[in-house]
Amino acid sequence: MNFFTVSASPHIRTRESTSRIMLDVVIALIPAGIASIWFFGVKTLWIILLGTTAAVLTELLIQKLMKKPVTIGDCSAVVTGILLAYNLPPSAPWWLPVIGSIIAVALVKQAFGGLGHNFMNPALAARAILMASWPVRMTYWIKPGPDAVSSSTPLALLKAVDAISNATSGATSGATSGATAASIELPSLWDVLIGNIGGTIGEVSSLALLLGAAYLLIRGVISWRIPLTYIATTFLFTFIANGFELYNAFYELFLGGLLLGAFFMATDYSSSPVTPLGQFIMGAGCGILTAVIRIYGGYPEGVSYSILLMNVATPLIEKYTRPRIFGEVRSHA
Amino acid sequence: MFNKLLSFTGGIYPPENKHLTENKAIELCDVPEIVTIPLKQHIGAPCDALVKKGDKVRLGQKIGQPRGFVSAPVHSSVSGEVKSIEIVDLPNGSKAPAVIIVNDGQDTPDESIKPDNAERLSADALKSIVTEAGIVGMGGAAFPTHVKLSPPDDRKIDILLLNGAECEPFLTSDYRLMIEHPDDILYGLKVIRKILGGVSRIYIGIEDNKPQAIKQMTAAAKNENDIQVVTLRTKYPQGAEKQLIYAITGRQVPSGGLPMDVGAVVQNVGTAAAIAFAVRDGLPLYRKLVTVSGGAVREQKNLMVRIGTSFREVIDFCGGWTEEPAKVINGGPMMGVAQYTLDVPVTKETSGILLFTKEEAAVREVSNCIRCGRCISVCPIHLMPLTISARSLAGNYEEADKLHAMDCVECGSCSYICPASRPLLHSIQMAKKEIMEERKRRAQAK
Repeated sequence: MNFFTVSASPHIRTRESTSRIMLDVVIALIPAGIASIWFFGVKTLWIILLGTTAAVLTELLIQKLMKKPVTIGDCSAVVTGILLAYNLPPSAPWWLPVIGSIIAVALVKQAFGGLGHNFMNPALAARAILMASWPVRMTYWIKPGPDAVSSSTPLALLKAVDAISNATSGATSGATSGATAASIELPSLWDVLIGNIGGTIGEVSSLALLLGAAYLLIRGVISWRIPLTYIATTFLFTFIANGFELYNAFYELFLGGLLLGAFFMATDYSSSPVTPLGQFIMGAGCGILTAVIRIYGGYPEGVSYSILLMNVATPLIEKYTRPRIFGEVRSHA
Repeated sequence: MFNKLLSFTGGIYPPENKHLTENKAIELCDVPEIVTIPLKQHIGAPCDALVKKGDKVRLGQKIGQPRGFVSAPVHSSVSGEVKSIEIVDLPNGSKAPAVIIVNDGQDTPDESIKPDNAERLSADALKSIVTEAGIVGMGGAAFPTHVKLSPPDDRKIDILLLNGAECEPFLTSDYRLMIEHPDDILYGLKVIRKILGGVSRIYIGIEDNKPQAIKQMTAAAKNENDIQVVTLRTKYPQGAEKQLIYAITGRQVPSGGLPMDVGAVVQNVGTAAAIAFAVRDGLPLYRKLVTVSGGAVREQKNLMVRIGTSFREVIDFCGGWTEEPAKVINGGPMMGVAQYTLDVPVTKETSGILLFTKEEAAVREVSNCIRCGRCISVCPIHLMPLTISARSLAGNYEEADKLHAMDCVECGSCSYICPASRPLLHSIQMAKKEIMEERKRRAQAK
């Protein structure tokens, strides 16, 4: 006669698992990867693979050295590697994704206790370090197509348009400044949507990102609270700052890392609030910061720094947004 | 009459697995040669034995006298001779003295068993019948029923809820009872109504996965204007007292409070039927309706079992097992207690006996919390299980208390949904225990 298993209730568990969730994120990221290969060539595939491999090997090595259980099977390092690669320009040399992934996994994730304990999004923190270390390499944009012609991102172009308008508006009439600014040609909305523009590997194709985001929402991996609040807040602020210009505010939603950031980075479980109200605050905070950096900042893009700043605020947000418990307020008596 | 689906916020949708037994009519389980009747089968003080070794006892004879108000007497489930009184293992994980009786096979009824009529009895007389019959809540918690039916004078009860949700997966005994004995349930319900007095509305809450039970109960209650059958969303833990009250009446039982604080009393359908048997037929609570299910049982059944029958004999009556069970559970899979032996008796608390196969009982490896927040979204009390659990595991029970650990209803939804298979409920239960002890220490220090 064998012994019976004696364990605490409940005796049944969901079939959902950490690795299944991470796998879902990987699946959701695939369309954007395919789009990048389509527009920038197979080179981006190598960058993605290098980033992923480096992330997984770093995790494996650290866990072996620390004599901890190896958890590379949970796919979380794969997600970090892909996201890091998606934050690099298609022109990145081979060592950039490798160093980035090592920083992300070793410094940001494992040094703080591994999965679930990182207080910042690993890929974004690594990107910030790479930006500070190799600013030129990190912003060398190329035009989609086989020739790898150097280019600007649409957001940088918009900044340039603003700069010209601001410089000329004082001296000359509004009409002249408009003409000068218009001489910089912005890509069409369609090109922006499908991703036929300059930018990082993962951010360019809005349609591919939205497809992946829809998958994550349907699978229940992420909630709509952070991404929708984030995007809506960014839209609202650019709308106001652009002098209530609807088209421009709409156009800007599909530029830069907003969609990638809102759906795939700001929703990172460990570095964003777990409380429903906290998630709205996270989204709104990211949206305001992104709009402020885009409009007033020195950088054309503000998504990654906004998310990182809100990541750091997460413990505080959580502390003050604990849900009111059932029966905490007397209703009927 | 059509009702919209009522529910609460949070909760989970585990596989129901009710198909295994929902079409199995209630059978009488064989009466064993020896019964082991624990003197504590309820929440509250244990009973003192009224019999000693060698005494002759009859079916339905009171053999355990309660020691306080929050307690319930215990009766013999057979006629025969007391073999001994000894400490035994109980299926809820504790130990208690039990009267062990050798069955003479005669089922000679005790002279106290006298059929009566609820209509001619006063509310007080009815309440003393319920008290004397040893009736406790049949939903699993086994709280003495007469206590619930004795609200203090300053608590006005205007709503009576009959709980037919049966939200635990696998269990179908309440369902079968509603289908096969709707009139008994209604009889008991009317007794409860009379005891409470002043109740203006009565609801019978049943989940929408039991259309047959809804139909039967509606038909049984068609002549009662103040009784309404309401359909609840099939969701766990729909049958939890506070969630049921909220779903049906919109009233929230205050944190740390009781249903009577919002003018409600909740009784299980099984309890109502037991009250009918006690008042109308004069029978004390000496048997229990039990669902025997799980993948390892040869023949899943709904059984009427004499209290004191061992799990082993109940399982034998179901043809034993098809493969050796890896886990044996007293109750449902969400809140039930795993057993280390089959030599424990069926008590008033036993609502199910589940035999899980190796596959069903597989224990998953615990990994890091990924802070996905699923436990927060399923908690019917809107707690933050991941945070309370983290504080508890770090030994910081004071913080766990501040995060309302004591409000946890221990439904297990958080542990169920956790993708990292973390022992969320288990660690919260540990915190609750520590907090209780700390409160006791403080009270003593004063």
